[in-house]
Amino acid sequence: MNTYSSVKTSLFIHRIMVYSLLIAGSVLFILPLLWMLSTSLKGDVGLFDLPPKWVPEPFQWDNYVKAVQSFPFLRYTYNTLFLTFVSMFGTVLSSSLVAYAFAKLRWPGRNVWFVILLATMMLPPQVTMIPVFVLFKKLNWIDTYLPLTVPYFFGGAFYIFLLRQFFMTIPKELSEAAKIDGCKEIMIYAKIFLPLSKPALATLAIFTFMGTWNDFLGPLIYLNDPDKFTLALGLRSFQMQYGTRWNVMMAASIIVMLPTIVLFLSCQKYFIEGITLTGIKG
Amino acid sequence: MDRQEAINGYLFFSPWLIGFFLFMAGPILYSLYLSFTSYNMLKPPRWIGFLNYKILFTEDPLFWKSLYNTLYFVFFSVPINIFFGVLIALLMNQKVRGIRVFRAIFYLPSIVTGVAVALLWQWLLDPNFGLINDGLAKLGIEGPGWLSDENWSKPSLILMNIWSVGGGMIVYLAGLQGVPKDLYEAATVDGAGKMKQFWRITLPMLSPTIFFNLVMGILGGFQVFIQAYIMTGGGPVNSTTFYALYLYNKAFKDLQMGYASAMAWVLMLITLIFTLIIIKTSRSWVYYEGAENK
Repeated sequence: MNTYSSVKTSLFIHRIMVYSLLIAGSVLFILPLLWMLSTSLKGDVGLFDLPPKWVPEPFQWDNYVKAVQSFPFLRYTYNTLFLTFVSMFGTVLSSSLVAYAFAKLRWPGRNVWFVILLATMMLPPQVTMIPVFVLFKKLNWIDTYLPLTVPYFFGGAFYIFLLRQFFMTIPKELSEAAKIDGCKEIMIYAKIFLPLSKPALATLAIFTFMGTWNDFLGPLIYLNDPDKFTLALGLRSFQMQYGTRWNVMMAASIIVMLPTIVLFLSCQKYFIEGITLTGIKG
Repeated sequence: MDRQEAINGYLFFSPWLIGFFLFMAGPILYSLYLSFTSYNMLKPPRWIGFLNYKILFTEDPLFWKSLYNTLYFVFFSVPINIFFGVLIALLMNQKVRGIRVFRAIFYLPSIVTGVAVALLWQWLLDPNFGLINDGLAKLGIEGPGWLSDENWSKPSLILMNIWSVGGGMIVYLAGLQGVPKDLYEAATVDGAGKMKQFWRITLPMLSPTIFFNLVMGILGGFQVFIQAYIMTGGGPVNSTTFYALYLYNKAFKDLQMGYASAMAWVLMLITLIFTLIIIKTSRSWVYYEGAENK
């Protein structure tokens, strides 16, 4: 055997090994979701078959109807969407303004504040949770959506950092040319930087969407009126009520998860982009 | 410095500055004050000196238990997730057909979070009808009671956390793709084998990313809440009463806001100490490229 064909054989073996690991790993990672789907289509009896069957007979699509009917599903979806979109808007608007100040403007104290901004990311949220709750209580904001939306209009440290990194890649010449033409700073931000940053802003919006859609602790602390509940709280009260009806519960969970999965599959690019943007790769 | 630009700078920065004072700096100080008081939200806070801290450290076994549970989770879960995160990232960095699909599959579980995932895992870990014990039975192993067994409840949640390793994985992958190719080429010319290349090139180049994920993982580990709240309620025998859950219960169930504030401050000091230790030791194991990068 000459060296060329031995290299070829070892490459082939390498490839086989990589594929077997990839496939074995993927199966392990995807099984829980398939199991969820399978459970959600099982009848009340088939649920406790031993050993468990993967393909339910017959398919109980009815579970999804039950899931949607057993809590004010539409109401909660609307509430969650409302909170999510207001938070997305607030985050994108405020974080981009602040990021612009850090990336493109010179002002005294900028570097110090940037360090403080990064340091706040290390702060355990519990330290501010109680005083902020007391503050909102004094303002009579408990059981309203204000505590769950207003804070987003003051920018998130991580998002500001992410956008700053992106803004820094936009050439200075662009804004300088606009300045000579007599453009106001806010116009440069709105007319040049925001349009050029669409992919970064999309990443930001998606991250905020994921965070708010899945948020549990916030609504748990601030909302008491069941009419104002979000889907996450709805799932929780569903669990309290139907403890072991796993088929209906999995159906409900799938419905709640679905938007995030669809969003991920259709916007994968932006998820990855967010990571590379932060430049934490060293 | 241009005066107009400085004014604009502060105007653009002002949303965060206002938010910082309203929702960060102010609350941090107020939280420190509250930690020295007895406060149930109905009557004004009453100054009690160091009493909260004294009770916390000397008369509250559940505080120590919750701290132990949390450290247990952090000590196992963070290294395990770093290990698997790097391993899978190495696999994802292979240039084979269809790798994008595999990346999506491994990443997907980390983007579904919250209550739905907690419910799913509660069902997966069901001792009698769950998928995991069924799989173990097929291998001839009798699975434990998982969440209902106080010795297995924490390992259950650590296992569950591995499923969301994709978030870290994608960061390592970005790190791997940033390693200059010529380093490997030079090493191959010098006759260094694959293993040696991994230890001498890949791992050092990846160390800043590992450092980042280590710090974030530890901070995140101290926040474990939903799993315990939804899946176990802190049980059995308080084996999953994590720090964040205990603090939540003290604040919002027992309305002991002063006591919970003291807990929050202790938590802040603990995480601060951890972070400082890691930063101190990082100088000996994190490799930073030369000044030309900064």
